[in-house]
Amino acid sequence: METAQEVIRLKETARNTRRLILEALAEAGSGHPGGSLSAVELLVTLYFRVMHHDPKNPKWPDRDRFFLSKGHAAPLLYSVLAQAGYFPVEELMTLRKMGSRLQGHPSMGIPGVEAPAGSEGIGLSLAVGTSLVAKLDGRPYRTYVLMGDGEQQEGQVWEAAMAASKFRLDNLTAIIDRNGIQQDGLTEQVMPLEPLAAKWRAFNWNVIEVDGYDLPQLMDGFDLAMGTRNRPTVIIAHTVKGKGISFMEWSPHYHGTPPAKDKLRDVLSELG
Amino acid sequence: MLSKTAAMRDAYGEALLDLGATNPDVVVVGADTTGSLKSGVFASKFPERFFNVGIAEQNLVSIAAGMALAGKVAFAGTYAIFVPGKSVDQIRNNIAYPNLNVKIVCSHGGISVGPDGASHQQVEDIAIMRAVPKMKVIVPADAVSTRASVKAIAAIPGPFYVRLTRSSTPVVYDAGFQYELGRANVLREGGDLAIVACGIMVPEALKAAESLKAKGVAASVVDLHTIKPIDSEVLVKLARRCGRVVTAEEHNIMGGMGSAVAEVLGEQYPVPMRRVGVMDTFGESGEAGELLRKYGLTAANIEQAALGLKGQ
Repeated sequence: METAQEVIRLKETARNTRRLILEALAEAGSGHPGGSLSAVELLVTLYFRVMHHDPKNPKWPDRDRFFLSKGHAAPLLYSVLAQAGYFPVEELMTLRKMGSRLQGHPSMGIPGVEAPAGSEGIGLSLAVGTSLVAKLDGRPYRTYVLMGDGEQQEGQVWEAAMAASKFRLDNLTAIIDRNGIQQDGLTEQVMPLEPLAAKWRAFNWNVIEVDGYDLPQLMDGFDLAMGTRNRPTVIIAHTVKGKGISFMEWSPHYHGTPPAKDKLRDVLSELG
Repeated sequence: MLSKTAAMRDAYGEALLDLGATNPDVVVVGADTTGSLKSGVFASKFPERFFNVGIAEQNLVSIAAGMALAGKVAFAGTYAIFVPGKSVDQIRNNIAYPNLNVKIVCSHGGISVGPDGASHQQVEDIAIMRAVPKMKVIVPADAVSTRASVKAIAAIPGPFYVRLTRSSTPVVYDAGFQYELGRANVLREGGDLAIVACGIMVPEALKAAESLKAKGVAASVVDLHTIKPIDSEVLVKLARRCGRVVTAEEHNIMGGMGSAVAEVLGEQYPVPMRRVGVMDTFGESGEAGELLRKYGLTAANIEQAALGLKGQ
């Protein structure tokens, strides 16, 4: 597909994804909109353009793996998986409810979910594990992991960063949703991360910085990662917490506060 | 029996070699203690299936989880003070919750670690690990049963924790003995009381039973190597037969094997009990034997507890 057409298609999917996230969260009455909305284009690009996967065969051995390390963005992952065809879109309205497969944070038993998530700073290590096995077994699949920026404060991220470069895991791509905000406020006030790109470079990673909403840039970033040899790649995507909903943008409050159900119509109208 | 000693760590290394040769899916992940843990012998034979992640115990556990997700039987281990000590969250959320095929085998359990002191003496691991849903917990009594249990857990899907001892310990079992996971071994029969032990306290329990016999007390001795899932059937049978139970473990008396036995008997067949173990305190530097004596983890302590119970 030509890039311009593909961009239009992905933008439409991203808009639908935001709508589904907000509807599911409003129905659930709890959950995390800010960090779900910020990373929509990242996941949409991965699932609808970059990754080799088969929703009809979620356990296909050579599928690319995706780990959501920032597990609180579960509504984003579920919305993307549902649209890809892993389970019915209507099921999104059971999010966080008793008896639902769609647990508050990802768990096993949801088609398309590779591992539980929710405790921060862990996903990159899981990704190192699958990437090592792909190399060991000579399989072609790649592993992708989406991390939050706040979770860069976890020491385990850097343990895994060291290991990935030690083992030359060029089949591993990490993405950081660099929206600058965590639960207590600005990352640079709570526990400064900058210079973040330099940190990753110092750990011998290939570092690519992109505008997280510029789809051609994102596509190029993933292509560059795929072409890089002997080193893992991290894509630092500059994003906006709560992206797309004016009152949620840049707001720590909407890290973990869902939209009110009776205001949903107004909220959704912002998506156009 | 008991006159020979052997190192559980050597047995672990041998078991890994056997597994490496028979199961191509077995991988081993270590954290800078691989020489000490004897997983290094696996590394020499199967270098492509061995991964040293350095001093990074959280990463150790989670990488093993990732490898299990990709279809491997992942053995991960270091000293028990560090795993589970530094990585409970990863054990819980990465391994147990998704029920992954990761086998955590750690050495240097208990106070017999010796001169390194309290910072390296793990006396809480059984309590921690048995509180994690889906985790199975094994404390072998000697090198022979270590080898048997490591090979057994490789064949059973799901997470396991195996706790080994640093120093060489008396050999309890013949090489050909029948080992069954989850099944307590009754090593000695006696009707006056039952001594339930695990790990290095099993040979101590056998010695205590011998000494008790000279005093006219007939004690059963049980090796409760699998602490979770616990063999309630054998425990209740013994309680019914003997009417008194002493437990003995190289672990804090809170939350460990003795607590697990008390939970079973308290609900199913209450009898008077005594727990021999570390009395909710930290250890210190010293030789293993000195420490075991000071902290009350010897045959004499078991005997004393048994006689105290008998006098009731």
